Amino acid sequence: MGSISYNAQRKLILIGFLAIPLLLLGLLTYYPAVKLVYLSFTDWDGISSESMWLGFENYKEIFTNPDLFGVFLHQIPYALIGIIQNIVAILFAVILNSRLKGRNFFRVLLFLPFIMNAVAVAFMFQYVLDTTNGSLNGLLGALGLSSLQQSWLGNASLVNYSLASIGFWRFMGYNMVIYLAALQAIPGDMYEAARIDGAGRFQTLWYMTLPNLTKIIQLNMFLTISGALAVFDLPFVLTKGGPAGASETFLLKTIETAFQFNNFGLASAMSVVLLLLTIVVLGIQNAVINRRGGE
Amino acid sequence: MTTRRFDFVQPIKYVFLLIGAFVVLFPPYVVLVNAFKREDEGGSPFALPASFLNMDNFKTVFERADLGHAFLNTLVIIVASLIGNIILGTMVAFALGRIEFRGKGIILGAFLFATLIPTITTQVVVFSLLQDLGLYNTLGAPIMLFIGADVVQIYIYLQFIKNIPEELDESAMMDGASLFRIYRTVIFPLLGPATATLVILKTINIYNELYIPFLYMPKTELVVVSTSIMRFAGNNQAQWGNICAAILLIMIPTVVMYLFLQKYIFSGVTSGAVKG
Repeated sequence: MGSISYNAQRKLILIGFLAIPLLLLGLLTYYPAVKLVYLSFTDWDGISSESMWLGFENYKEIFTNPDLFGVFLHQIPYALIGIIQNIVAILFAVILNSRLKGRNFFRVLLFLPFIMNAVAVAFMFQYVLDTTNGSLNGLLGALGLSSLQQSWLGNASLVNYSLASIGFWRFMGYNMVIYLAALQAIPGDMYEAARIDGAGRFQTLWYMTLPNLTKIIQLNMFLTISGALAVFDLPFVLTKGGPAGASETFLLKTIETAFQFNNFGLASAMSVVLLLLTIVVLGIQNAVINRRGGE
Repeated sequence: MTTRRFDFVQPIKYVFLLIGAFVVLFPPYVVLVNAFKREDEGGSPFALPASFLNMDNFKTVFERADLGHAFLNTLVIIVASLIGNIILGTMVAFALGRIEFRGKGIILGAFLFATLIPTITTQVVVFSLLQDLGLYNTLGAPIMLFIGADVVQIYIYLQFIKNIPEELDESAMMDGASLFRIYRTVIFPLLGPATATLVILKTINIYNELYIPFLYMPKTELVVVSTSIMRFAGNNQAQWGNICAAILLIMIPTVVMYLFLQKYIFSGVTSGAVKG
């Protein structure tokens, strides 16, 4: 190989090293995305070789049928709980960033749920939230709060909050670790200077710590919102969208429409809508962050 | 120094931390104690079991949920996907990070833009594609998707390769080493820390992935960890002792890995996020 010029080697390496990854990228990401857009204008059933061109019929269906676009309302609790989750994560990050015995122990413990298998966590909470045998209702009873006992997953107006709270349990520690890393990147002498200037603890928090976190807060907020748009596993495993469709999400509906009702055309259109919403959210995020950065 | 007086903030911090610790530990505690209970044991869900030596639930689920197969299949998928990710990821990083060529920006952009497209939204199409390739109901389907449809490794390696000084390549070239040799003996070993991060993050992700194995491998023998518990709980009318044992068995591997590798996991998680 030593006899081949480096220029020729570069070409060989480029072809040899990039061919397979690019082929996979095209095959598994871009071809499906393009095909998805095409199928979204048809009534393809997933099996037959023929399909009819429908124009914007599928899209009209999505936006006019409240059973389809309307399920996004079920996902508002995920966004709300996600915001609370970020606030709590910042609180714990600030606490763990201070001088404290057992800091590492608590950091390891609060992050623990993130590492656990998602399906196992779902079943664990099915047990905890069970109406009759459930330990949450048992705990409330033991504390003399029987009036708060609920059918956590069976009550239509509560189920999405219950499911979103499981997400809170799993991901709070993850957010916290990210905030903690951002906090540790703030130079210590800034705090020293603030202390010398006589700033109190809460003044330091409000005027120094939080402004330094702005970028990472925005990032986490957008992750929360795009996550809320694509909620899927928890209702899929625990409620199958019930009771009476109260915990259906848009992605769950999309998957059902395709694989249960064999309406791949409509499902493709739904996927495209979700994809566009995600891209819009990310676009806004980039615009906001760049505007800030440019100041 | 300020005068030493009672600091009232410190106890409040511990109160918050203890509440947090309770909320985190309460569900696993309930699962733990109930995994050891016989079905007729009754009593409150918080009570300790009659004996922590009662392994009946574990034996039952290990057989009935086919956990042996599940762990083996999951391991095969993880190992195969990681090998593919490491080899292809370092190759892409070497080509894009070390060689200047026309069209580089477009290729880089194509990889970066792919992260915007959530994998699950395109499954409607990918499903029939993998069917046509004959990968449906084989371990090949998830392996193919974990290798080809996830590009996070390219991000990690590209970030990392920037910090490897180009002088190393240049001095190897002075010695007449071929580019492939430079990749294999200089760059690949020096990307080791990035590989460690990748191995940890991907192992957790693949171990936790539910939807891909559910959709592509309905066949009984192709059970993985995530689908084993779903099938088991679906077939058996809520025998909570058994389900708790299954939950525990499934949680243990990643939790143990976490306790031993926490330092790497934290740095992996934060390096992935701060990059933005």
